[in-house]
Amino acid sequence: MTQVEADKDSPEYWLDDHGGALYRYALARLRDAHRAEEAVQETLLAALQSRDRFSAHSGLRTWLIGILKHKILDQFRRDAREIPLDDPDPGPDDEDAVVASSFRADGHWSSRLADWGDPEASLENGQFWVVLQRCLDLLPKRMARLFVLRELQEEATEQICQEMAITPTNLWTMLYRARMGLRQCLDRNWVGEARG
Amino acid sequence: MKMMTCKEASHLISAGRECPLSRRERWGLRLHLWLCDNCRRFERQVRFLGLAMRMLARRTETDASGPELPPEARERIRQALYSGDGADR
Repeated sequence: MTQVEADKDSPEYWLDDHGGALYRYALARLRDAHRAEEAVQETLLAALQSRDRFSAHSGLRTWLIGILKHKILDQFRRDAREIPLDDPDPGPDDEDAVVASSFRADGHWSSRLADWGDPEASLENGQFWVVLQRCLDLLPKRMARLFVLRELQEEATEQICQEMAITPTNLWTMLYRARMGLRQCLDRNWVGEARG
Repeated sequence: MKMMTCKEASHLISAGRECPLSRRERWGLRLHLWLCDNCRRFERQVRFLGLAMRMLARRTETDASGPELPPEARERIRQALYSGDGADR
């Protein structure tokens, strides 16, 4: 044990002091309680094994979140590669219903898109987040997870981009459908409502 | 150059969030957006969705009264962490 480790940062307190925060961080991204629990466990185990590399001035929470970020990125990669039976991978040409109904045969939008006005104002409204969660829940689980993770990945974009180019799944198609689906869902359940 | 359709433009708008578009795609899209009000709206909506996802995550992770690590999971993790080859190896 090294002297950099202050008492309050001692591993026996990690779970009590940081477990909740790690869990919420993971849950916000993985959208699945079980996966989030696993990510927390993997993170703390990895941290325990490499605790000699922790330097106190970076802050324990920051260090643990950094490890968790890597675990979540791994999950994204696994998700992007594996094709679960209950959430099949879309072929590039088989249209989903939302996309099909959004465009005419000649490739034009089938109707004028609603003006979302000042969408930032929605962010102030508590009800908006309820609707957004519900819209996300309507997407296939893996699609929603990949979309959320993708939009939240601030770092390593170039690396991810190169990886995406060689994934065997139609990641771009899935992300496109996620956007089209969410857009339509918000159009119907939020923008329409807000306008009366 | 043939003008791209709205459907093609919407694909590029989405793909452009992930990876840089080619020069040709960028110019084609720019031209289309210049002429197409609907696709400009779509682009704004797609950007807004990204912002909303980031804010949604921030709300969840900073909400101290938000979801808690379930007690059973906490116990399981405690076992895995601190029993056997635990902290004082």
